[in-house]
This record gives sequence, structure tokens and C-alpha cells, in this order.
Amino acid sequence: MNQPASAYFLEERHDPNESHTLSVLVQNEPGVLARVIGLFSGRGYNIESLTVSETESQKHLSRITIVTTGTPMVIEQIKHQLDRMIPVYRVVDMTLSGRSIERELAMVKVRGTGDHRVEALRLADAFRARVIDATTESFVFEITGNTAKINQFIDLMRPLGLVEVSRTGVAAIGRGPEGM
Amino acid sequence: MKDKSHDPNQMTGAAMIVRALIDHGVQHLFGYPGGAVLPIYDEIFQQSEVEHILVRHEQGAGHAAEGYARSTGKPGVVLVTSGPGATNMVTALTDALMDSIPLVCITGQVPTHLIGNDAFQECDTVGITRPCTKHNWLVRNVNDLAKVLHEAFYVATSGRPGPVVVDVPKDVQFAVGTYHPPRKSDVHISYAPRVKGDAAQIRKAVALLASARRPVIYSGGGVINSGLEASKLLRDLVEFTGFPITSTLMGLGAYPASGKNWLGMLGMHGTYEANMTMHDCDVMLCVGARFDDRITGRTDAFSPGSKKIHIDIDPSSINKNIRVDVPIIGDCGNVLGDLLQAFKAEAKRPDIKAWWQQIAQWRARNSLSYRKNNDIILPQYAIQRLFELTRGKDTYITTEVGQHQMWAAQFYGFEEPHRWMTSGGLGTMGYGLPAAVGVQVAHPDSLVIDIAGDASVQMTIQEMSTAVQYELPIKIFILNNQYMGMVRQWQQLLHGNRLSHSYTEALPDFVKLAEAYGGVGLQVIKPADLDGAIKEMIAIKRPVLFDCRVAALENCFPMIPSGKAHNEMLLPEEATDEATATAFAGGKALV
Repeated sequence: MNQPASAYFLEERHDPNESHTLSVLVQNEPGVLARVIGLFSGRGYNIESLTVSETESQKHLSRITIVTTGTPMVIEQIKHQLDRMIPVYRVVDMTLSGRSIERELAMVKVRGTGDHRVEALRLADAFRARVIDATTESFVFEITGNTAKINQFIDLMRPLGLVEVSRTGVAAIGRGPEGM
Repeated sequence: MKDKSHDPNQMTGAAMIVRALIDHGVQHLFGYPGGAVLPIYDEIFQQSEVEHILVRHEQGAGHAAEGYARSTGKPGVVLVTSGPGATNMVTALTDALMDSIPLVCITGQVPTHLIGNDAFQECDTVGITRPCTKHNWLVRNVNDLAKVLHEAFYVATSGRPGPVVVDVPKDVQFAVGTYHPPRKSDVHISYAPRVKGDAAQIRKAVALLASARRPVIYSGGGVINSGLEASKLLRDLVEFTGFPITSTLMGLGAYPASGKNWLGMLGMHGTYEANMTMHDCDVMLCVGARFDDRITGRTDAFSPGSKKIHIDIDPSSINKNIRVDVPIIGDCGNVLGDLLQAFKAEAKRPDIKAWWQQIAQWRARNSLSYRKNNDIILPQYAIQRLFELTRGKDTYITTEVGQHQMWAAQFYGFEEPHRWMTSGGLGTMGYGLPAAVGVQVAHPDSLVIDIAGDASVQMTIQEMSTAVQYELPIKIFILNNQYMGMVRQWQQLLHGNRLSHSYTEALPDFVKLAEAYGGVGLQVIKPADLDGAIKEMIAIKRPVLFDCRVAALENCFPMIPSGKAHNEMLLPEEATDEATATAFAGGKALV
């Protein structure tokens, strides 16, 4: 193996990347989000999407949903690294469980008149997007769905006068009666 | 309303800190005062249960506490001020994190209302130390302080040990609140490290080990961290199975170097027999080690034909670098106990005579050999003599980082755990001298030697002053070649012999330097004088700087060149310039 002169073994890994959605239940205390984000940046992991909010206020629990990509070995590392943090209760790989629902919400601003405006409304209807703000020359649509659906909607809006998008990132929950 | 004025648990935050140290059995505290910790220092002044050791630089306090912890198995405790006090601790905290050393570091912080105002000596201590601690806390309310301090000790010492930081603003130190002794509810319920290994996994491991024809045990620092019982069980396992055993740098001493199954250290500068055994084995039992890149060499060629069993208390160590077949999460001592019991009850010991014959052939290559020299002291020879002349004594060894560290690991034989303190993961030059201070504080009557290099030792040389102040008779044994030897070795091997800034043109006179600090300086140039001088050093009951002038251009072999596997080692007698040039990929021209 040829490599530049180095005290480290330089290896390229060619395992394919996978996308995984992780649900992380944490103690809601100062700095907990910084710990999680710092872990990802410090160890060179990817964050595709991250959402966080307190979900059980009496127990001070927050739920973080992270969409990340990496080789299977890296994904396994990420889960272990998260799990060993002191304020982390549980880490569940929603992708691996295969029984989860993922949703995100987007607000999409479109500016236009005439045919473009009519077409935007027609498409919004087809995607079950709601109009939450309107002027004579613009709409703001609210749309929920999985990431692919929202991406598709945004792509369709682009030629019709897309101005800007605000997205929440992915939230995920398991199907069936059991909690995580 | 209850009158709280006579409640013994009502006290200031500063008093709580000292009380908590006492409640956790802390006898020694390494620190350096400053504005944001003055209330705590005032409390320390007014008591006699905790002895404070004043260092000369906060990094020194950190490494001293590491040496203290590593040599006793107890947590090392540090007290430093805000801002620069905290930032100076970062190297020691990172070092402790990499090597899993339990440290509790208390830092002062500017008063709560000034946090975020860029106040004098303010820094974001919890932000800066978040990635270099196992956990950290900023305490904003005095009534949380007792709980946090107790949790800090628990987190530092349980599971995979590590450093923690408790950042206490000055107003919280002054404020009065309620203290409580340690109790279970102080700890996050989300933190519950697994100690006992899974029985089914242990049975699988036993079945693999029993069917092995070419087994090897590869142990690491986790065995030392687990306590004396783990080392004893490891020895029992080796004795019972008759398997060969090697260890990482951090694991030296868990199995005695004089033991008949000992292969020597493995890895980049490990022995030929250890690395070949790892490469050709069919079953590997890894106990408390983490397949670090200095150990594995090229990972895609690492021990390609073996089934691997990995015992580790930290699940994130499993499958991080090397995929293993039977992971067992748990404390090394606990799992080794169960494994040994299961082995004795269920399985027969495999016949591995042929394997030992093969190993004997590798051993016969004598990979640690070096040519003798009557005119100049070879560094390997110096360590060998130091080892022989301290053999049987109650000795603790610390090191700095570089060639001398590898030679110490190769040529000093460790018979017991907790006797070897070295910066393995982070590779911190300047670790050894303050670590020796910490070891000597814990073991005042023992012989504590820092095997040092001339470059490393200057990074924390100021702690000589600490050693003199507290009458700590540490011995700083400097292998002085005037080079940053390991840097130079890599430049020779990989960078066309362009020795860019690895030579120290001006060195202090170490003898005079020792005397200036109030210690004793010795210098040796001739091999014939070495034994006498080492004996003299041992006899002196004061801090000694021992300037051992060694062959300037000696390099550290054997060695796994970068990008190579365990079975592609470069042995000392083969390390001609030409062979070296060929062995190192990229084919750089070497002189």
C-alpha cells in the first residue's frame, strides 16, 4: 500500500454510507445539546438533521432526533458514544427497528402571480399543504410529511417562485403501543 | 421555622468542597491558588485532614494527580483557579481521558453574575473541558454543590474511569447552603455502567478459547484500572490455560515480565514474537484494551485469521477499530473471574505445544538486541542497568514521551500493576516529572524514577521546585541525546533525513539546574561509570536530576513501519538504511 510519509496509518475506507434516524432520550439540563453536537463535530460524524424539545417536563426529559449518515461501523460507534454520555437515558435506532414513522414540518414561501400562482395552489392541494399566510403576490404553505415528500414539494415550487423555506428537521416515533 | 444557625450541615460552598473531599477519603490535593478559588484556599488553611501540594503550573497539578491515581487506584484531586488555571489543566484532563485515569478537578469561576461578561480571568471552562472530560458541571446554586461533588467522584471512579470537572463560581463558594454526605440519589439515573459480563457471551468465549490451537491473550490498561484482583485473575487465567500473553503500553505489569508466558509488549515498538503471535493467532482474547492504532498497525491486515474476543467496560470500545466476534461488556476483573470459572468447569485446556514451538522460533530472533558499546552509553543499556540495579526494590517508574518511553517499556521489566505511569493515549511530553511528584506523594518511602528525555523533561521542569519543597526524593533519569529522538527518528525514516527543528542546540546544564532548584545533579558520560552513578542516585534521599549522556543517533527498534502489518516488522539488525528505505512506503530516499 502506498501512502505518504506519515506516523499514522492512512487508510481509505470504502464501506457504503447508510442514513439512520436515532432517537435519544436525555436529561434536560444545561449543556446537554452542546454535548451531543460536540460529540458529532469532535468525532467527525455527520448530522443531516437534528431536532430537540422537552417531551416530559416533570421528569425533565428531552427527546433528540438525529438523522446521520455513516458506514455501519460508524453508525454503531455513534450509538455507543451517545449512550455512554452521563445524561443520556436511551438511544434507539429508528431505522434499524424498521417500525418507525418520520415526519417533518416545512413552511414554504412562494411568490408569483397568474398561472404560477394557480399552479402553486393546485400542487399544494395535491400535497395536502395548507396556506398559512397569503398576500396578492405570495403564499406561505405549511406542509408535513417525510423528508422525501417535502423535498419533492420544494422542488416543484422552485420554478413557481420559491422564495425561502424553513424546516423543523425530522421527528420520529415508533409504531405500535410500546414507548422507546 | 427551624433555626438553622446550629445545623452542622449549613456551611459555605467553599466549606462544602473541603467537607466533600474529606467524605470521599481524599488525603492529598494538588493545586494552585488564584482569585476565583480564594474562599476554598481559606478553608484549606483552616483544616488539617486534606494536605494540599502546591505545584508550579496547573498542568503539573494535573499530571501529579494522574500519577497519584495510577499508582494508588484512588482518584487524583486537583484544585485550580478560573481562566488560565482551567485552561492550563486541559492537557492533563485530555491525557487522563485518553488513558482512563480518574481525576476530580475543581475549578474556580468568576461570580455567576459576571459569567459571559468577559470578566477578568473568565473562560468558558465547561465549554472548553466538555470534550476532554468524562463529564463536567457548572454549579450555579450552592444547594446543588454537595450533590454534584458526590456525583463527580462517582462518575470519575466508576465504569471506565476518567476525569471530571466541577466549575464553582466564586459567589457560590461564599454562599451558605445545606450539605449532605454522599448518597445514591446524587447520581444521574441514566448513568449505570455495566459491570457483570453476559453469561452466554462468556460461554461462547470459553468455547472458542478451548478450541484454539494458536491462542493469544492481549491485555491492556483496563486490567490495571479494574484493580489488583483483575491482575491476579489474569495471571490465574494464563497459568491455567498456558496461553501466551502480550500487553499494550498501558497494561504493563498486570502480568509479570518475568512470567514464562510473557511475550513482551506488542504494537509499533513491541517485540517481534508478540506481534507475530498476534498476526498468526487463531483465537485472540483482548482484555481491557482498545485496538489502538499504535497496536494494530494496518487494520485491514490485523490478525487476519483469528476469532476475536473483546472484554471491555466501555461499549464504544467494541468494534471501533477492529471488528470482534465475541464482545463482552463488563468490568475486566468481574468478567475474568466468571470466564476462568466457566473455563475450569466446562472446558478442557487445548494442546498448544506446536504453537509454543513456533513462538520460540520468533523469540530466537531476539528483536530487542542492540550492539554493545564500551565508549558511549546506549540508551537501551542505560535502561537495562537501571532495571537491574533497582530490581527487587519498591520502585515506581514514570516516563515522558518519545524514544526513552519506548525503551523503558521494552527494557524495564514490570512485575506488578500500578508501578508504571506513562502517557499512552495522548502522548504528553512533560507528563513524567509531575507524575513522579504525585506518585511520591502517595508512596513517600518508595523509589520513584521518571525515565525522561532531555526535550520532554524541560516541558514541566519547574515541578522540581515542588519536589524540593515537599522533600519528595524523585529521581529524574534523563536519557540525554540532545534530540527530540522520536521526532528525529521519523524524520530520518520518512522525511529524507531532513532533521527539521528536532535538535536542541542549547540545553541547560542539568547538574547546575538541579542544584539551582535545591536538588542534586549527577552526570554520566562513560558506560563504565553508569552503575556507580545509578547506585549513588538511588542512595540520595533528595530529588535528583540524572543527566545520562547517551548515543545521540540511536533509534528505537523493532518497529512496524507505517502502512504495514504485524508480520512486516523492521528488526534492529535488519534496519540498515537501505532496508529501512524499502520498508517505508513511498520510497523516500534515506541517508
